[in-house]
Amino acid sequence: MIPELGFFALILSLLLALALMVIPAAGVFAGNALLMRAARPLAAGQLVMVSISLALLTAAFLADDFSVAIVAAQSNTLLPSVYKFTAVWGGHEGSMLLWVWVMALWTLAVATFSKRLPLDMVARVLAVMGALGVGFIAFLLFTSNPFARLLPNPPLDGADLNPLLQDPGMVIHPPMLYFGYVGFSVAFAFAIAALWGGRLDATWARWSRPWTTAAWIFLTLGIALGSWWAYYELGWGGWWFWDPVENASFMPWLAGTALMHSLAVTDKRGLFKSWTVLLAIFTFSLSLLGAFLVRSGVLTSVHSFAADPSRGLFILAFLGVVVGGSLTLYALRAPAVASRSDFSALSREMLLLVNNVLLLVATLTVLSGTLFPLLADALELGKYSVGPPYFNAVFIPLMAVLLAFLGVGINTQWKRSRGNELRRLVLPAAIASLAIGVIFPWAYGGAFHIGVVVTMVLAAWVVLATLADLRHKLRHARGWWQGLRRLAPAYHGMVIAHIGLAITVVGVGLTSVYSEEQDVRMVEGSHAELAGYQFLLTDLSVRQGPNFVAQRGTVEVSHNGRPVATLYPEKRSYHARPGQLMTEAGIDPGLFRDIFVALGEPLEGGEAWAVRLQHKPFVRWIWLGALVMSIGGLIAALDRRYRPARREAVDRADAQTGPRHPVVTSTPAEQH
Amino acid sequence: MARQRLILFLPLLVFIGVVVLFFVMQREMGRGEYDPQALPSALLNKPLPAFELTDLHEGRPVTSDDLKGRVALVNVWATWCPSCYYEHPYLNQLEERGVVIYGVNYKDVPEKAKQWLAEKGDPYALVLDDRQGRLGLDLGVTGAPETYVIDHRGTVRMRYQGPLDERVWQESFAALIEQLQAEAQGAGA
Repeated sequence: MIPELGFFALILSLLLALALMVIPAAGVFAGNALLMRAARPLAAGQLVMVSISLALLTAAFLADDFSVAIVAAQSNTLLPSVYKFTAVWGGHEGSMLLWVWVMALWTLAVATFSKRLPLDMVARVLAVMGALGVGFIAFLLFTSNPFARLLPNPPLDGADLNPLLQDPGMVIHPPMLYFGYVGFSVAFAFAIAALWGGRLDATWARWSRPWTTAAWIFLTLGIALGSWWAYYELGWGGWWFWDPVENASFMPWLAGTALMHSLAVTDKRGLFKSWTVLLAIFTFSLSLLGAFLVRSGVLTSVHSFAADPSRGLFILAFLGVVVGGSLTLYALRAPAVASRSDFSALSREMLLLVNNVLLLVATLTVLSGTLFPLLADALELGKYSVGPPYFNAVFIPLMAVLLAFLGVGINTQWKRSRGNELRRLVLPAAIASLAIGVIFPWAYGGAFHIGVVVTMVLAAWVVLATLADLRHKLRHARGWWQGLRRLAPAYHGMVIAHIGLAITVVGVGLTSVYSEEQDVRMVEGSHAELAGYQFLLTDLSVRQGPNFVAQRGTVEVSHNGRPVATLYPEKRSYHARPGQLMTEAGIDPGLFRDIFVALGEPLEGGEAWAVRLQHKPFVRWIWLGALVMSIGGLIAALDRRYRPARREAVDRADAQTGPRHPVVTSTPAEQH
Repeated sequence: MARQRLILFLPLLVFIGVVVLFFVMQREMGRGEYDPQALPSALLNKPLPAFELTDLHEGRPVTSDDLKGRVALVNVWATWCPSCYYEHPYLNQLEERGVVIYGVNYKDVPEKAKQWLAEKGDPYALVLDDRQGRLGLDLGVTGAPETYVIDHRGTVRMRYQGPLDERVWQESFAALIEQLQAEAQGAGA
């Protein structure tokens, strides 16, 4: 009975989403404030219903109700409770329900935190989000019911959660990603509302900024978590594979990063309006495209869900309506006249335009690399797989150019910068970066490698140029602390995020060049040596886990005779999936290096093992940098400047509906 | 002015193109005419890689030449592979129907493999003991079971990943095997 209640709550949420789509929009057309005000309670009702549905599905997992099809497919009585909880989103249906819940949450967040915006604007934004909610919930109800039953003969036990997903990293990775993907729907809804209302001014850009940044933070963390998980769980120490599904999350990130920067120009200078609207549409479209590629079975990937063409057709139709509709609206309503270009070739506007072009080219590079194999296959040109060599060859130079421009851009001013003043600001940073880059390999004691030099020059350049601008901004301050406090939080956020980017760049560059690995055959008592560390396999034994059996090695790691760590790499066989052997690496993490030991394959009937040893310098900086970027984003998103003052909002609302409908500030309904 | 307005339609046109492409793909997938998961073999239309292994039962040496002369399946299997349990009874049926099947016992323990065949029946004309997985590596095996179709010259004509059953056989194998038999007879073999 409980699963049916969950299904019923989902139906109710669909009805509420339909009402959210229709009623406020009707209010906008009729100029009726009462109808527009219905948006907030409807958003709250939608979230309540979806939450009930998600809670009841979770209850079915925790109670081992194997009569529910996806519980039988993704859970097992022996599965530890925390993974029963995460098994809820371990498959297509449950993860789609999570997606819908996140959508409802963002909708209510917009409804709650936009009280100071003009009422008609809020109504438009929430109507657009309601329409998106209708699409997602209908997709769930009509093609992927999470509450489908296996009656009358439910299995006695479930097939268990895919062992790959039985991991702490997987607990929060999918929710984070979904908060990111779905979060871009807010910027999208604001853009559509602005086109619809015909008010494509600087204000909508300012309102969109914190929402876009918030979505970007989640996506940044989600991608970093995914990369970290792949690193320690897939068992061979890689952290990025250019896998189509990774690309599906990376493309909205790149486009979203471009959008954040372009929104800044539209907010501050009122320029690039059409472009920014298009980027907002594009970014969210890439989120939807990702969902389509992953869930329709079009792509082959370790991540993909079971293929189902009917689902693919539904998402495709949805994609067609949402993106096609918004691009049509864009074509009809976006201002066709180019903005007055009253900025010079050396100005912040121009440098941010360069940023946008580079990020967009990078996005399209990844997009074409992901879609080309599909295209070639569909046109019967043959089967291709576009792999890391292509992506690295195109993407890395683009990013290098982007980083080079970043340092200049930060130091430029709006409208125009004077060349010699700019030179005075950035020249010391440039010289120092070059010196750091050239000296680094020698100081680190590693081999001289041009990749390392370029990496370190660019990373140092980003940091030093950012600090040069900070120093310039503080030149009139009495003390640096007072000066720092007077700067806007958004500026602090930007500085921190750019330093985070530099940290990630260092991690990527140094790990790629300086990692060492070795595959050795080891028996109990075997020694091996790698990168100055000694490895001793002291024990090989069998360990019983809650729902698996593991072959476990004990490896003593020492450095010049000094013990460093004891690692326990495992090879696990889960009872419910005996064919799928899982590698659980033993990792000794460190700020400057990771030591990574993984069991490969048994040799000679299990007497000996192929063991993979890896030494990975600076690998943690990749994820650390992402964390710092997110913190920077958070500080910027919380800047009060992006929240319209009460006065301004009321004035605007009056100006909008004032003469014709003098009801905005005091409706009969409100006086009850 | 009008031309600038037209430029704004460009994103829409590109998008429509992408949607049409996806629509066609989806429709073909729905009809079963297009399968993005199908992996062609790098060995397609090339001779089976040369090898020198031993026969699982008697331990006598076997080379790639021993597999030439007949249209046959080369089936990669192991006792550690759950899908092979599923597939095995169907292989027995195929053998009864007169299909020649060579087995490659892949990264397995020979004793277990022999016991498996004793219990479940042996559909193989010949079983190669590939406990090191060398032949599997040369074939590009990604997981068991995998089945290759070779013609009478020992050329690889198809690769199939996953367990065989009647549906798969009718969809992917039956016509090809017939065609290859005809080719073999045409060549006077």
